[in-house]
Amino acid sequence: MSLEGVPGLVETKEAFGETTLVVDPARLQEACLHLRDQEGFNMLSDLSAADYLGWGAEGVSGYIGTAAGRDLNRPMTQGLQALPAPKPKRFAVNYHLLAVGPAPKRVRVQTWVDEDEPVPTVIEIWPTADWHEREAWDLFGVVFEGHPNLKRILLDDDWEGHPLRKDYPIGGEPVRFSEER
Amino acid sequence: MAIAPERQRAIYEGTRIPHPVPTLLRVSDELNATGDILRVNFGPNHPSTHGVLRLIVDLFGEDVVGLEAVIGYLHTGFEKNMEQKSWWKAITYAPRMDYVSFQNNELAFVLAVEKLLELEPPAKATWMRTCLCELNRLHSHLIWLGTSALELGAISLFWYAFREREQILDLFELVTGARMHTRYFQIGGLAEDIPSGFFPEARKFVEWMPHAIDDYEAMLTRNKIWLERTEGLGLLSADDAIALGQSGPVLRASGVDWDLRRAQPYLAYAECDFAVPVFPEGDVYARYRVHMQELRESTKIIGQCLDRLETMEGEPWIVDDRKVVLPPREELHTSMESLIHHFKIVTEGFRVPEGEVYATIESPRGELGCYVVSDGGPKPWRVKFRAPSFVALQATATCMSEALVADMIAIVGSLDTVMGEVDR
Repeated sequence: MSLEGVPGLVETKEAFGETTLVVDPARLQEACLHLRDQEGFNMLSDLSAADYLGWGAEGVSGYIGTAAGRDLNRPMTQGLQALPAPKPKRFAVNYHLLAVGPAPKRVRVQTWVDEDEPVPTVIEIWPTADWHEREAWDLFGVVFEGHPNLKRILLDDDWEGHPLRKDYPIGGEPVRFSEER
Repeated sequence: MAIAPERQRAIYEGTRIPHPVPTLLRVSDELNATGDILRVNFGPNHPSTHGVLRLIVDLFGEDVVGLEAVIGYLHTGFEKNMEQKSWWKAITYAPRMDYVSFQNNELAFVLAVEKLLELEPPAKATWMRTCLCELNRLHSHLIWLGTSALELGAISLFWYAFREREQILDLFELVTGARMHTRYFQIGGLAEDIPSGFFPEARKFVEWMPHAIDDYEAMLTRNKIWLERTEGLGLLSADDAIALGQSGPVLRASGVDWDLRRAQPYLAYAECDFAVPVFPEGDVYARYRVHMQELRESTKIIGQCLDRLETMEGEPWIVDDRKVVLPPREELHTSMESLIHHFKIVTEGFRVPEGEVYATIESPRGELGCYVVSDGGPKPWRVKFRAPSFVALQATATCMSEALVADMIAIVGSLDTVMGEVDR
């Protein structure tokens, strides 16, 4: 697929038969408009955020490896994996685009931001982004600049924190009424 | 866009998607000034919301002039939970999201992990997965048909649809030992071989099902009351449907000829012979017609799967990769390596190469996507489901413009949402 003309394109990755376009967040809207109008990606199939805090650190259940490969002197070194390549920033926001029509094709647009760094909304380009962006805000705290109704969607309005972040405590939710008599 | 040209016609002029918030129907200032707006809270615990959906509806007389859908009442953090479990334990979470089309959800996750592992399951597993996913599509459509008709007063349909649903669940039980949430798809193939008793029972079902569909259609398709409750309601044009990301029966009922089973074939669909029903009217009745046609097409596909599966007696049902697949039980008593592999897979779990993939399938509700990120460890780094119901609900505001409050049940029901999947 030749997608070199996409505005703000930083990098093109090909893996597992899928194309990923890494785009500068400042020019995301331009890139999305280009992909919709020039390349025929008329549908935003999905929008997923991911938190890469602690990416490449030792996992809870085992050791991943060193940059060169495995370390035989450490326990749980059954796997052969090297350390995963570092990520540019904490959060990735992935837009899975689809061309609905006689020539179906897919592409993933990926943009990287740090905490409190906003991503421009694409709600004017694909209206379906409305709830997807609210979900990413709710669960990850990624701010979508220009979204007209950016509020929590899956959790209560007064929920504290963003639970799909990697630093959100697991099993730490207060149990109501347990201390009250 | 792929609309059959001879049937193409404008459902309505321009777009009806509310602006600036596409999922929020706002009351106009003139209507607000009349002081006659009645705000009604509908749900979240209302029997006809297909789960726990809350709708805040503004009424002017009987006209719906404002609408906001509130979701999240069933949010259980499936995606966060899956990050804490090893890959093969995480499989059990997927079917519990959409508890009506459980096997399709299981398949989406399994296909995503297989894509990362670059595993190719054996042909028998592929055909059996196709067969079970189509049985599951029948199951899902029957629940939709039964409950949607029930909500509009056709209670007998409910009993008829659940009669066949029961037979499908019996088939699942025969194959997997469980009626729902079967967890029969293993990464690399199937959990067990197909029991020999499955084929005669499935054949009986495939022969019976077309008669059952005739029964349903005799009760509804030309029923005057049904037509008046469904025709011309909940309009959604092809352009609006695509802009709102709709998929599955909702998209096909808006005249868009799109089915992932044919557009981007997975499993054995490329070798199956089936038609994709498309209706251009974009109303509740068109969605009903799409569902009914799909029941017939799925029955055909199941028959074709059985033809193939019956010739595969004795073939392997799971890949022979000891780093991923549990070794056969009997080997554990005689082989040290098998015991080690078994122990490693059960305790730590297998490792999946670093990378990110997005696997999509056509679930009964539309495009079900599974985005999976692996850091090369024994647990997923991130799992995200693109739930077709979540997206379908975004069309509520567009479909409900110029609707009456009495038609709300029919319209929301026709979008075929399962709240477990919406809220995940």
